[in-house]
Amino acid sequence: MIPAEFDYAAPATLDEALRFLASTPDAKVLAGGMSLIPALKHRLLQPALLVDVGGIGELEGVTLRGGKARIGARTTHATLLGHPELAEAPVFADTAGVIGDVQVRNRGTFGGSLAHADPGADWPAVFLALDGEATLVGPKGRRSVRARDFFAGMMSTALAEDEILCELVLPLESKRAGAAYRKLRQPASGFAVAGAAAQVVLDRRGRIDAVAIGVTGVNAVPFRAASVEKRLVGQAPDPAALRTLCARVEEADPLGDLFASAEYRAHLAGVFVARAVAEALARAKL
Amino acid sequence: MPVKPVHVGQRIKRREDPRLIRGLATYTDDLKLHGMLHAAFVRSPYAAGRITGLDARRALARPGVAGVFSSDELRGRVGPAPCTAILPGMNHVPYPLLADGRVLYVGQPVAVVVARDRYLARDAALDVEVEIEDRLAVVDPEAALAAGAPKVYEELASNVCWHQPPEPNPRLDELFAKADGVVRLRLVNQRVAPVPMEGRAIVAHWEEGPQKLTLWSSTQTPHGAKQQVAMCLGLPELRIRVIAPEVGGGFGCKIPTYAEECLLPWLSRRLRKPVKWTETRTENLLATTHGRGHVETVEAAYTKDGRVTALRARTIADVGAFASMLGAAIPTFTHLLACGPYAIQAVSWEIVDVYTNTMATEAYRGAGRPEAAYVIERVMDEVARALRLDRVEVRRRNLLAKDVFPYTTPTGATYDSGDYEAAVSKALARFDWERSLAERDRRRAAGELVGVGVATFTEICGLGPSTGASALDRRGTWESAELRVEPTGAVCVMTGVSPHGQGQETAFAQLVADAFGIGLDEVTVLHGDTDVVTHGVGTFGSRGLVVGGTAVAMAIDKLVAKAKKIAAHGLGTTPDRIDFSGGFFTRPGAEVRLSWGDVALAAHLWNDPVPGEEPGLEAVARFEPPGTTFPFGVHLCRVSIDRDTGEIALERFLSVDDVGNVVNPLLADGQRLGGIVQGLGQAWCEQVRYDESGQLLTATLMDYAMPRAAMFPRIELDMTCTPSPLNPLGAKGIGELGTIGATPCFVSAVLDALAPCGVTHLDMPLTPERVWRALRDAGTSR
Repeated sequence: MIPAEFDYAAPATLDEALRFLASTPDAKVLAGGMSLIPALKHRLLQPALLVDVGGIGELEGVTLRGGKARIGARTTHATLLGHPELAEAPVFADTAGVIGDVQVRNRGTFGGSLAHADPGADWPAVFLALDGEATLVGPKGRRSVRARDFFAGMMSTALAEDEILCELVLPLESKRAGAAYRKLRQPASGFAVAGAAAQVVLDRRGRIDAVAIGVTGVNAVPFRAASVEKRLVGQAPDPAALRTLCARVEEADPLGDLFASAEYRAHLAGVFVARAVAEALARAKL
Repeated sequence: MPVKPVHVGQRIKRREDPRLIRGLATYTDDLKLHGMLHAAFVRSPYAAGRITGLDARRALARPGVAGVFSSDELRGRVGPAPCTAILPGMNHVPYPLLADGRVLYVGQPVAVVVARDRYLARDAALDVEVEIEDRLAVVDPEAALAAGAPKVYEELASNVCWHQPPEPNPRLDELFAKADGVVRLRLVNQRVAPVPMEGRAIVAHWEEGPQKLTLWSSTQTPHGAKQQVAMCLGLPELRIRVIAPEVGGGFGCKIPTYAEECLLPWLSRRLRKPVKWTETRTENLLATTHGRGHVETVEAAYTKDGRVTALRARTIADVGAFASMLGAAIPTFTHLLACGPYAIQAVSWEIVDVYTNTMATEAYRGAGRPEAAYVIERVMDEVARALRLDRVEVRRRNLLAKDVFPYTTPTGATYDSGDYEAAVSKALARFDWERSLAERDRRRAAGELVGVGVATFTEICGLGPSTGASALDRRGTWESAELRVEPTGAVCVMTGVSPHGQGQETAFAQLVADAFGIGLDEVTVLHGDTDVVTHGVGTFGSRGLVVGGTAVAMAIDKLVAKAKKIAAHGLGTTPDRIDFSGGFFTRPGAEVRLSWGDVALAAHLWNDPVPGEEPGLEAVARFEPPGTTFPFGVHLCRVSIDRDTGEIALERFLSVDDVGNVVNPLLADGQRLGGIVQGLGQAWCEQVRYDESGQLLTATLMDYAMPRAAMFPRIELDMTCTPSPLNPLGAKGIGELGTIGATPCFVSAVLDALAPCGVTHLDMPLTPERVWRALRDAGTSR
């Protein structure tokens, strides 16, 4: 790597990290570095200061309390892949297992993926589908941002320049509920060409009572497939019928690139929404 | 009485691996010399244009910058870049070490900055302001041939670099006239990037005292680099030492001697300091040679019983913006191997090498043969389709019989030996072809898209006789080996080949250890240093064992002959009465014997001189191959396709190959696994892509799709053995057959899977979107 020159700080506490961030106008938080380091290497970014949050213990870990998973932003994909607290929520293993490769999973982080907000990142779909909340800490204190308000634009989020994403809170539906993530991998980068996470809750008769679908890789910004969600509520879990109901994702406004045209992506959005919903339904037990 | 080999034929683990996997190997970039400076290149951001200004003042003002150089400093002093394949009638334009007045492709070096460290060098390179008046580029080789296309070189009449016109061939015309049918195909063999794990890296050190240049370079051909740098710089070869330290793969892109390898020595001499340059991955994708880049159109005449009788084809080969060292000659291999393993009677092959505003193409694992195999295998599949015959059956009807060898093809290749039917039978039995077809049909009936594929191929290895060498090469392609025996009997092998992953440190040690009855630990293999190995050509063209190994075998024979004389003297007899096996010299009927170590010691002590002999025990051998070798094989595979997404899953892959005798089956497996995966990479996902203005879109490994381990099932490997009569080892070469057979095999399977939908053609790479579109279009068109 031959980046431009930068300063480097490795604070031990969150407060210290915030002070470093505030100290330099052009500072960037370094977590796993799986997106930031390549950007530095290609000089797409030339920050004056890197604030490495790797030494801040409170940013790591998974706890399950009151039906909510609280995940430290610095927690790696590999940790989420096999975490005992998340054994009942296989959507985490679905997702972590298809991110990048082993090296990327060992270094890359949950919060880093959300904060970087690459259009092809996997976690944003899950974050949206589980209707999570992000805890942001800045000089003015803590605030919470709901998943649907978190993604502001292409590679841009609700995070202010002087804030650090420190925790993600994800409600885990347990009764008659299931969630899943499915995607098509971009063959070079491993990002999602199109990916969808779905969470369904069944009513007592086994019909879809509630459903949330997050879609990534398709648009510049990850989104909730609200139109499909609306169509699915009240439906019986009949695979063929569901496929038809999911086939068109009205919110899709796809980008075309080297690996997939806009047309193909729009098609894939429907395919993977259907697959995520089907698997979520299979996991939802009456 | 011959003793059973102890090491040869065994699956012995590579002696190279412990240092490689433990991080103990020394690559060029690991070198740190006192006072060493670092180079960074200013590269053209445009594919075509005129350089109107270059301002390096800001860069030079940075403390620690030793200099910024452009073609102004080089003109008339050094260059052009080496090119040895200057074909008769070729429109050859010498390629300057740094762009001179014009730029020809994105990534071309325009200026070089030399500084205290590589970070500073990169920063300063970004400070160099180059003004370029850009103009329309031409990127597509077919478009480059159109009237009115932008010209890469204004001074040439067109973008044609070299043209081999079709030769009049009455026999061919007659076969086409008599044909029961003609298959016509247009096939794109897309441009791919070699992507060795280690990119290019160079350290040049000119020492003013001894007036000597030492050049460390990540190259496949250190001796070639020595002579090319000597010619480029106008230095005597004996003032140059080239060292290829650990080299992390090449695949052909490290055969040529690059402009940078000539420029760094010049810089070192000018600045009186060692200078290092290590390319970045993006530089590797931009400015290290690419491979393939062919468009082939072919017509094949066939009889109603499925025999292909004649081929009429045209290759349009994208040589890129300049002719790399061998680049223009690569398509001649496509022509030479046009017939594959089949009894085709006449061939006409036109070649048009075309300049485009892109990086140059070069040899890439297979170098022309994969293109040939792809054409003839697709032809066989099409004939099978036209005649509603099994694809294997069509091949069987066309394969050469085992009693025809040596066999000279209509294109002039002389196949040394072969038994193609034996390999086919073995492969079919192991794959259970008939059952695979039945299983395919059963799954199809259940709604799945499933296909099986086949490729039978032969290729050319063991390059090769020196008949094609020109004065620009200075030396032919014969190979050398030197064996030096220590007083303990340990043997040092100095080989002219330059392995960079192939494992010849292990294979050659096996040959030597068995010959002298010593342990592998008593053999060391040295290579890749022109001051240690006096003559060499290098490692490419699957020649390591075939040519380099044969030279070792010849040197072994010479050593044994001398050792027998010494032993005979010691045992009080004549050399012809000495038997040497298992490490002992014996005299018939006598109990007393001498070990290899006894003789080695006697040769060095010389306290009992052998009359008429010199002391010491060493031998030098040179092997000029009498011909090239033609390994062959059969690849079979099965794929399934996801109807919704177009994704392909490779379910099974079997490779049954015949490479003659094998020294180390483990190494042979490794060569085949790597080659097969690389060949499948081309078929499945790899493609170098430029946009219309000549910008490289696949300039990182986030964009250039390399195959990954998780894409592959456990690849099944098997062999038949038809030794080559052309060398004492009976070896045929193995390095490239994976990329020759696997690519058409995969495409054959995918097209078979899509056949029920009416899809008959797809160009590589077979990406999900391409497959999905084909399915969709087939669906709507019916």
